[in-house]
Amino acid sequence: MTARIQIPAQAKPGEVIEIRVLIQHPMETGYRYDDAGKPIPRNTIRTLNCRYDGIEIFSAELGPGIGANPYLQFTTVARASGDVEFSWVDDEGVAGSERQRLVVA
Amino acid sequence: MKHAFSRRGFLARTAGVLALPAFARLAQAQTPALAPALDPRVQAFARGALVRPGRVTLTLPSLADNGNSVPARIVVESPMSAADHVKAIRLISDRNPEPVMATFRLGPQSGRADIATRVRLAGSQRVTAVAECSDGTFWYDARSIVVTISACLDES
Repeated sequence: MTARIQIPAQAKPGEVIEIRVLIQHPMETGYRYDDAGKPIPRNTIRTLNCRYDGIEIFSAELGPGIGANPYLQFTTVARASGDVEFSWVDDEGVAGSERQRLVVA
Repeated sequence: MKHAFSRRGFLARTAGVLALPAFARLAQAQTPALAPALDPRVQAFARGALVRPGRVTLTLPSLADNGNSVPARIVVESPMSAADHVKAIRLISDRNPEPVMATFRLGPQSGRADIATRVRLAGSQRVTAVAECSDGTFWYDARSIVVTISACLDES
């Protein structure tokens, strides 16, 4: 599982910045059937956390109502230089994470 | 000779049985959807609190060719200060097999209450975004969307 985080390379203290994340995940709904007619088990990302400089700033509870390869965009106030780190867990218990450095000056 | 199973009676019964699903479908199509504030799925999030229209702006296309990936954006008017901010936003679908599409948790550190994502929609329906503010108030916005090719439902 891979993800791409898009944040500005640099921000001023107090500036509201946009964070965008795109995670590679099928977000299998559990309502589909394979060619043999067997139901395909659900496998979606359940929880997604975003920490900035070690503090949780955003979290999301997702499910089959979110499209494959979930995309999320939200904002945060730039405080100090630090890592923007995402972590998530899906129905199969597979955890993933991705981080990117935000420079505040 | 008296028949226990007359042709007329049989026809009447058959017609009734055949008409039933059609009526059921008609009833489903014509039942006016509850106002978003009264929707039990919205109420479950608000835990009985009053859910008022306003403050929230849900942006959704009015027509989507494919329900598998529909862009949705929720913006809530809020100062996002420590005393007055949006705590959580929930996206609720009218028709998806799982009505709660997503719940986002944010706070004063967010700076703005502005979230965008891409949702899956099982057919034409109404989507409601409900925001929970730190002062215990709930606000919503609802949008109707026509979906040409539905997601989730598998025809095979």
